[in-house]
Amino acid sequence: MAAVLVALITVPFVVAVVTFFVPRRAAWLLTVVTGAVTFGLSVALIPTAASHSQITADSLLRVDALSVVFLVATTFLYGATAIFAGGYLHLADSAAGRRYGRRFYAGLNLFCWSMVAAPLVNGLALLWVAIEITTVVSALLVAIDDTDGATEASWKYVLIASLGLGIALLATIIMYYAGTTVFGSAYDLSYVKLLAGASRFPPDVVRLAFVLAVLGFGTKMGLVPVHTWLPDAHSEAPTPVSALLSGALLATSFYAILRYFQIAVRTLGPTFPRNVLLIFGLASLLLAALYLLSQRDLKRLLAYSSVEHMGILAIGMSFGAPIAIVGVLLHVLAHAAAKGTAFFGAGSVVRKFATKDMTKIRGGVGALPWSGPMLVAAVLALSAMPPFGIFRSEFLIVSGGLSDPRDTVAAVLVILVTLAFFGLSWFTTQTMLTPDASTAEGALVSTPPKGEVSNLIVVAMALGLVALVILGVHPPAQLSHLLDHAANELGVPR
Amino acid sequence: MMPVPSTYAGGADVAAIVVLLTEFAMLRAPLLRSQVRLYAFQSLVVTALAVDIAATRHINELYVLAVLSFALKVVLVPGLVLRLLRDADVDLAGSSVVGVASMILIAIAVSAFGFFAVGSLHVHSIALPTTALAIAAAVVLVAFVLIILRSDVVSQAIGFFSLENGVSVASLVVAAGLPLVVEVAFLFDLLVAVVVFGVIMRVHHGRTQTLSTDELDRLKG
Repeated sequence: MAAVLVALITVPFVVAVVTFFVPRRAAWLLTVVTGAVTFGLSVALIPTAASHSQITADSLLRVDALSVVFLVATTFLYGATAIFAGGYLHLADSAAGRRYGRRFYAGLNLFCWSMVAAPLVNGLALLWVAIEITTVVSALLVAIDDTDGATEASWKYVLIASLGLGIALLATIIMYYAGTTVFGSAYDLSYVKLLAGASRFPPDVVRLAFVLAVLGFGTKMGLVPVHTWLPDAHSEAPTPVSALLSGALLATSFYAILRYFQIAVRTLGPTFPRNVLLIFGLASLLLAALYLLSQRDLKRLLAYSSVEHMGILAIGMSFGAPIAIVGVLLHVLAHAAAKGTAFFGAGSVVRKFATKDMTKIRGGVGALPWSGPMLVAAVLALSAMPPFGIFRSEFLIVSGGLSDPRDTVAAVLVILVTLAFFGLSWFTTQTMLTPDASTAEGALVSTPPKGEVSNLIVVAMALGLVALVILGVHPPAQLSHLLDHAANELGVPR
Repeated sequence: MMPVPSTYAGGADVAAIVVLLTEFAMLRAPLLRSQVRLYAFQSLVVTALAVDIAATRHINELYVLAVLSFALKVVLVPGLVLRLLRDADVDLAGSSVVGVASMILIAIAVSAFGFFAVGSLHVHSIALPTTALAIAAAVVLVAFVLIILRSDVVSQAIGFFSLENGVSVASLVVAAGLPLVVEVAFLFDLLVAVVVFGVIMRVHHGRTQTLSTDELDRLKG
């Protein structure tokens, strides 16, 4: 099993280097194969991770059930996005087109490599390093289109996210400081060691480290009020990058917060860490639900939906019940699939109508016979409609919340999610299902001729929807074991 | 009565205070060039601190780190930014929302907050100087003031790099025992971040012909 970890961390990196030098078609094929292979390897880790406490390779790589959950989510989106990118990119066969393609595929693989590395590495310091790499690589990918919007978004992104990670680095150092009281002044920040000693750390120091970690990594996760880079970067990046940012990158930062959470509950008990997450989660959910009601840009709409879902994750963690934590981890998987699919659909719409402005898009289902309805399905999935995975995960989170003494929070959660559902579905159904508004709004809006942009987009979306239905109707037994096991690791030790 | 700090803790405290004062100097520097030079000086102090700690605590790995940090933060980064400034032919830093005097007052307030917030943790450690950690927290907060109140990409980037210097001071006094591989990874990350900042600053300058961030207001809502 150790070989699997080594393969996971080397293969995408090697492929990133190779794709920079080979022709575009080959680079695409290589990316798709790598995505599929890493997903296969992550799935292969599930049975072992669900029954054993950990798998290690050297002292630098280590996975447990919790990291495998995030690995599976990231690598699934890696493969699906690679397929989608083949259909989405229409590059001219010129020198500029070739250069764009080279940079794009090399960057995409490097970005996925860094996100795969984050849950694989052993220890808070290396985790920070991996997440910092995700920032710099993805900032370049956001800027790749070289428009005014992309330049502005990438500057905001790289500056705000780097500052967030500066705070996260301070959190890492302060956590190290907390550890020196137990381990002496020289030790590595590996998880096993930290978790073993956590109960003897000085509580005030851990409290500071935890708050700084939530604020710092929360910046990259998109928690309000440090989410401000997120809608810009998501809307201006090329759509395959938006899908990865939203489905995988935000979750990777959440993973980092969970690692700090694991230590903090051992030192401080559950109340303080949960309250911190509750405050950030409620603020995110509230603000996102309100912004969802006033969006005109299709990709910004999906970006605010990501803020909403990150809020749900944080609130879910603030409910102590194990069932809510299982729900949170399932939500990570389901959100990756649903948001990926929704962005793929948005990419199809943007290519077809040549605009992101939702007031100018009408009759999407008529124009896009396959990806149109699938986009509607993905948006319904994001709004937690059965039979999709997010329905199951939010159901688990809410039922965990209702068993909590503070069950009003669960009620607020349901109300805000409903509000977000209204915003999300109102705009999408308007753009997709209104037959042809050229009669209503004159020549401003015209529906392009019927036909798909690319079959590859349809394939990528279908994969996402199949995954969502599997997660929603009947998750495989091994996966359920994995989630239970991971929730156990995250729970408060007795 | 307060215990007398050891020579080691004294050295760390002095270095941390010099770093903080440099941060204040950056805040008032009207020329972008002088800001970059102040950053180079600040990095030099951090490097000296690394050498000092390596010598007094006999951590040989830190010498490697000091060499890397010198090459990167004292020579390479300031050099790159100065070249960008020459190419862009811009001298003055972006005017701030508030005047210099108010900026310094705000910075004094936030640095006091940072210092006392971390100081109030009341952690007593024999090996590690807590005061330097508290000053490092103040440096980080003042760097934030610089980034928030200045409106040009160079000041903001330098603000981020100097924030990293503040965290470096913290990590040197607190986490000097971290394995070398981790420390080198930190520095490597900084290098990559610098390159990316540089690329995006150049793209920005190429598109707008300015280094000001005033025009970056199209994306909102």
